[in-house]
Amino acid sequence: MSEATAAAHEDHHEMSFWAKYVFSTDHKMIAKQYLFTGLAMALVGGFFAYCFRMQLAFPGMDVPLYGIVSAGEYNALVTNHGTIMIFWVAMPVLIAAFGNFLIPLMLGCDDMVFPRVNRLSFQLFFLSTIVLLAAFFVPGGAFGGAWTAYPPLSAKAEYSLTPIGSSMWLVAVALEFVAFLLGGINFITTTMNARAQGMKAFDIPVVVWMIVMASIIFMLSVGPLVAGAIMLLFDQLLGTGFYDPGRGGDPVLWQHMFWFFGHPEVYVVLLPALGITLEVMSVFARKKPFGLRIIIYSAMGVGVLSFVVWAHHQFISGIDPRMANIFTITTLLISVPVAEMIFLFMATLYRGSITLSTPMLWALAFVAEFMIGGVTGIYLGDNASDIYFHDSYFVLAHFHYTFFPISIIAVFAGLTFWYPKMFGKMMNETLGKIHFWGTVIPFNLIFIPLFVLGIGGQHRRIFNYQHFTDLSSASFQDLRVFATIAMLVLLGFQFVFIYNYLVSMKKGPAAGKNPWRSNTLEWTTESPPPHGNFGGVFPTVYRGPYEYSVPDRESDYWPQDLPD
Amino acid sequence: MIESLIPALSSYARQIDFLITEVTVIVGVWLVAAEALFFYFIFKYRAREGHRADYITGDEPRMRKWLIGPVLVVFVCDIFLIVGALKTWSHIKIELPPPAVVIKVIGQQWAWTFIHPGADGRLDTADDIVTVDELHVEVDKVYHFQLESRDVVHSFSVPVFRLKQDAIPGRTITGWFKAIGTGSYDIQCAEICGLGHGVMAARIVIGSAEQHAAWIDASSAGNTLTAMYE
Repeated sequence: MSEATAAAHEDHHEMSFWAKYVFSTDHKMIAKQYLFTGLAMALVGGFFAYCFRMQLAFPGMDVPLYGIVSAGEYNALVTNHGTIMIFWVAMPVLIAAFGNFLIPLMLGCDDMVFPRVNRLSFQLFFLSTIVLLAAFFVPGGAFGGAWTAYPPLSAKAEYSLTPIGSSMWLVAVALEFVAFLLGGINFITTTMNARAQGMKAFDIPVVVWMIVMASIIFMLSVGPLVAGAIMLLFDQLLGTGFYDPGRGGDPVLWQHMFWFFGHPEVYVVLLPALGITLEVMSVFARKKPFGLRIIIYSAMGVGVLSFVVWAHHQFISGIDPRMANIFTITTLLISVPVAEMIFLFMATLYRGSITLSTPMLWALAFVAEFMIGGVTGIYLGDNASDIYFHDSYFVLAHFHYTFFPISIIAVFAGLTFWYPKMFGKMMNETLGKIHFWGTVIPFNLIFIPLFVLGIGGQHRRIFNYQHFTDLSSASFQDLRVFATIAMLVLLGFQFVFIYNYLVSMKKGPAAGKNPWRSNTLEWTTESPPPHGNFGGVFPTVYRGPYEYSVPDRESDYWPQDLPD
Repeated sequence: MIESLIPALSSYARQIDFLITEVTVIVGVWLVAAEALFFYFIFKYRAREGHRADYITGDEPRMRKWLIGPVLVVFVCDIFLIVGALKTWSHIKIELPPPAVVIKVIGQQWAWTFIHPGADGRLDTADDIVTVDELHVEVDKVYHFQLESRDVVHSFSVPVFRLKQDAIPGRTITGWFKAIGTGSYDIQCAEICGLGHGVMAARIVIGSAEQHAAWIDASSAGNTLTAMYE
């Protein structure tokens, strides 16, 4: 060991700002880095939504804080809203932030098994964020060919008119995938190797199960897309013809590679959201999840099936119409394990003792809203009705009823539930409930009108419906204005959350170790946990994580680390 | 349900609408029942002073029927939905009835070109009528359309027909429709195709046999677009 590194070790407990906040290898700090980057990106994605929804409601308007939204800018805003909300909000917050924070704490170890790989993961992610956002400031502007980036539009500058922006978008997305692959390796390895003494497979909390399964699904599905992205980058920059039909390429090839990843990706973010929800429901209903093993097996079933449903995004894309029938069958069958999980979530409440705290409200809202997202998917998995609904606002409303519960509602459940552990303070419950109702009610008021517009035949990604005679009716425009106003209300209420979140860090009452009387290991250590998590004495596990309301015990919870 | 918002004017539009109604009934019953039970549980099992939750894990033998029963019913519903979907899909997209008229539809950034047969009723002859952003068809006749793209992926969508098909550069995709009512309606491009995607609008004009014949007569005299095309 050189003198310099020896000295660095001496200073371990008085780390410089850079060592503590920027180049940290502590899983809790990396979790916070991912969390705050993801939440900042949520604000950016929300701002983009504000800009394009204002344009839809009031075409040609000089949008406050933005200006006039041109057709090209509209496309760029829509494209990057989708890209950001999935890859820079849902993924970093649900998987990277919660995964990094919770996995070592819930497994009872001091850190991830590869802390430096973990740090590299965040650094790459941060770099990808900069590349993505910088594209808005290059000549031609940011890419506007939708988050699905279908070639030839995405492959040739003469079609997209964003010569630099298209390539930056691809590079950013590819970097982001590398970051999550590195993070996923850590999650899987840590869960396999670093569990507390005595922790068997079904003693692992369900949220860890879900994040690990999501990481495995991600690793197995992302390969073809990375290959496809490199080929697309070659088409853009080197003039190859992988997707150019004029030179023997095929544009539909990209669609297959994109959706082979793109559909499993839905479950990559869904599973952690389900895990968070179930943790919260179990604690605030004082009940073990009903049929816990079946829930985990169903999640595995969903994961496997998710690899054979991708072409339901391509029913009318020119694939052989007989193939569409096969993908309809697999797609509708995925409703079986998903419905099973939702039923078991509901059954978890049966004969429980339910407290409607803020985290529980979010968790219950997730189940109630996600059901709407789930059943509206049937219309789209059904290839015949998809002929009409494909690429309409019905699709848009459907997936916002899945992704909003996943990446906003479940995230708020997790943020409010683990806030005491993360910062050692309690959040204000009244403000929490105001924020909850101010988010969930407007959410429905945004997207129910958009379902109606979709049923009325309105297609997506059109910056001004005045160009379409049948769609420019006054009643349709009223629905657009209504949805936009609801969105403004929703965005306004987020300031309540930001205020509560930041002010409670300083002024909230002290949380103590275990404010929710929960069983899992993260609640057995200090709040916030010290460096090394458990002060050097690692817990031993004696039972599963959900032994609530066990008969003949005085206390209604039974932490995993208590010998009896 | 859908016809109150937009007319159904192709021979298969009502079939799709019927299928959508069928799905709505099945998933609607499930959704209402599940949400009702969910909110009932939340209300019924709210925390009360001095009352503890029951210890139920779902592993008890008497609970097994609840693990398997509901999801079996979901499975049966799925089979029912799949049969309806496959029948309707096959009718629309696989089994093409023999055409009375064949037209060409060409998408490009950012306009639709339509090539109609002239008075001889045949395509690829000197009297073809070429139009931009306006498609003329005759009611009650089976049309085949040959769909192409000159640059990027577009999607030919006629909402009143419940018809949608992507146009892929390098391929010719054949589809069909039969109009069952007259009038003039929107055609949209349903796949983002660049800067002008939002203005890639066209109209379909469905005429009676007389109206359509009159349009062919009027268009055959000095069709400049046709001359340009050749």
